[in-house]
Amino acid sequence: MKKQKNKLAGLQKRKAISGYLFIAPFIIGFLAFMIKPFFQSLYMSFCNVQIGAGQFQPIWQGLENYRKTFLVDPEFNRLLVEEITRMMINSVAIMVFSFFVALILNQKFKGRALVRAIFFLPVILSSGVIIGLETDNALMANLAATIEETTSNVSISVAVEQILRTAGVGTRAFEEVFKIIDQIYDVAIASGIQIIIFLSGLQTISASMYEAADIEGCTKWESLWKITFPMISSMFLVNWIYTIIDFCMRSDNEVIDKISEVMVGQMDYGFASAMSWVYFLVVMAFVGVSAAIISKGVYYYD
Amino acid sequence: MTKTKSKKNSNFWERNRKSNGYLLKKSIMKYAVSICRFVLLFGMCFMILQPILNKISVSFMTEADLYNPIVISIPEHFTTENYLLAAELMTYSKTIVNSFVVSLTIAILQITVCTLVGYGFARFEFPFKKFWFACVMLVILIPPQTISTSLHLHFRFFDVLGIFKLLTGETINLRGSVLPYYLMSAGCMGLKNGLYIYMIRQFFRNIPKELEEAAYVDGCGTLKTFVRIMLPDAKPILTSCFLFSFVWQWTDGFYSKMFLGNIKLVSTSLARLSDTLGAYIMRITGANTTVSVAYSNCIVSTGTLMIIMPLIILYLFAQKGFVESLSSTGIKM
Repeated sequence: MKKQKNKLAGLQKRKAISGYLFIAPFIIGFLAFMIKPFFQSLYMSFCNVQIGAGQFQPIWQGLENYRKTFLVDPEFNRLLVEEITRMMINSVAIMVFSFFVALILNQKFKGRALVRAIFFLPVILSSGVIIGLETDNALMANLAATIEETTSNVSISVAVEQILRTAGVGTRAFEEVFKIIDQIYDVAIASGIQIIIFLSGLQTISASMYEAADIEGCTKWESLWKITFPMISSMFLVNWIYTIIDFCMRSDNEVIDKISEVMVGQMDYGFASAMSWVYFLVVMAFVGVSAAIISKGVYYYD
Repeated sequence: MTKTKSKKNSNFWERNRKSNGYLLKKSIMKYAVSICRFVLLFGMCFMILQPILNKISVSFMTEADLYNPIVISIPEHFTTENYLLAAELMTYSKTIVNSFVVSLTIAILQITVCTLVGYGFARFEFPFKKFWFACVMLVILIPPQTISTSLHLHFRFFDVLGIFKLLTGETINLRGSVLPYYLMSAGCMGLKNGLYIYMIRQFFRNIPKELEEAAYVDGCGTLKTFVRIMLPDAKPILTSCFLFSFVWQWTDGFYSKMFLGNIKLVSTSLARLSDTLGAYIMRITGANTTVSVAYSNCIVSTGTLMIIMPLIILYLFAQKGFVESLSSTGIKM
């Protein structure tokens, strides 16, 4: 009996050792390239870092950098607030858009594979540096202006906006909605992965559920809210977090631009660290709070 | 053929009559839905493709065409000079080889390591597993910009436990060399590596355990089981992750600018293209002129096209690899 137990423990130990061997690269990488820089950058944010010949000297100066971030620097507060609001609004828009597109793409029709391929294209083509180039393409803006002039300012969104305005619904919320509609291209190119994730979720729902609901006299609209929504609610959580993280890493992010300009241009490492920590903490807090709220509504079938 | 059709037609009206017009209503509804869907999808697809089409048309225009208000999408003076100029400014033939080599090696390295780690997380029980997996989550969540300052310095004054300082009296400056990025990739800290680990782990968890146990019973070792049994099964997800890694590395600006500054890659040379163009124009005219915005945008568009062309070709051939396997993993929290 005892021997057997020993043997079992031995097997478990062997398994544990091989498990650790498998994840060893990650542990080493994590300790070497994540933990140390992580805490070092935290430490540097409290310091005045001076670069000398072949050495760098952090000099402790307490909260000076953070004071500078919030109170002295003229841009940072404004950029941070702008960027966070933009992130919130765009993330919501991306979620709604990708859910809607996934619902459409889940239906059966001719040419579905082609449409799917096109919707996924931006993941490949609008990543990294290219997205930064897109945003300041004056030629395209020129073209848009020309089109607008020649069509004498008739565009659907403007027309609808005017109708709603004169009808007296021109509240702030509507303005945000119109802003998103005008940026629908940005939303569409940022939602490739999310569409695929929603699609894979939709495909796991068994058709028999819809059939049963249909026989019981459920309309499509009802079954969307009563079946589809709860069944893929966990995807909402995944997508929400992914969208925010993706947004933080985009190269047209102004806060990041500011940080890297201070770091590379002015060589003020301490100040740059302080700013990136403030940004990181704000984003993390946002992710944490919103994920906690969403995960309360997540329904697990099994 | 016509007979069956007419029969079907008459059948339809008869059936419609029998169902008190319900069938007609239903099929009109069906067609209306599919027309609406077609319009919607066509519009959205056009919206996504339009910038690319626009770039293609602009890239064949001469400078005069750009200012001509009549010319919108079809160039009046067809030219391929933009391509030649963009290729020269980006030193295209050289950078594309560099980019190809770097992206390929980095992608292979990253996916190899991530597969090992993902398999370890999916199939083994060991103490502190939850803790280490939380660390993977942390890696996904921390934007690389947060630690970029300190990484910058870390590699500027690189040292392993003070050994180099002892030997040569100086730390090594690894900035500007490729080594740091390869080291980071080997340690799963490259671009979006946490995500790959997560996806691969999710895939391995879905493979039935019996397969592995059978191999163990037959006397297969841990490593041999992994290579012989598990890897062939994981081909779809590995291709998918590999393609992502390759493509994202190809267009990545952040890590390339930070670590691979001295190697000319397509992504960095594209980001600098409009500045290079300005310098070039100044050199050939000898005068201090600024390039017009339209022309510089035209060249940048041409450059962008040239850079995404290999990716489009890759996507055409490996489209299934990108999309299908990603949806088959069933990403869930």
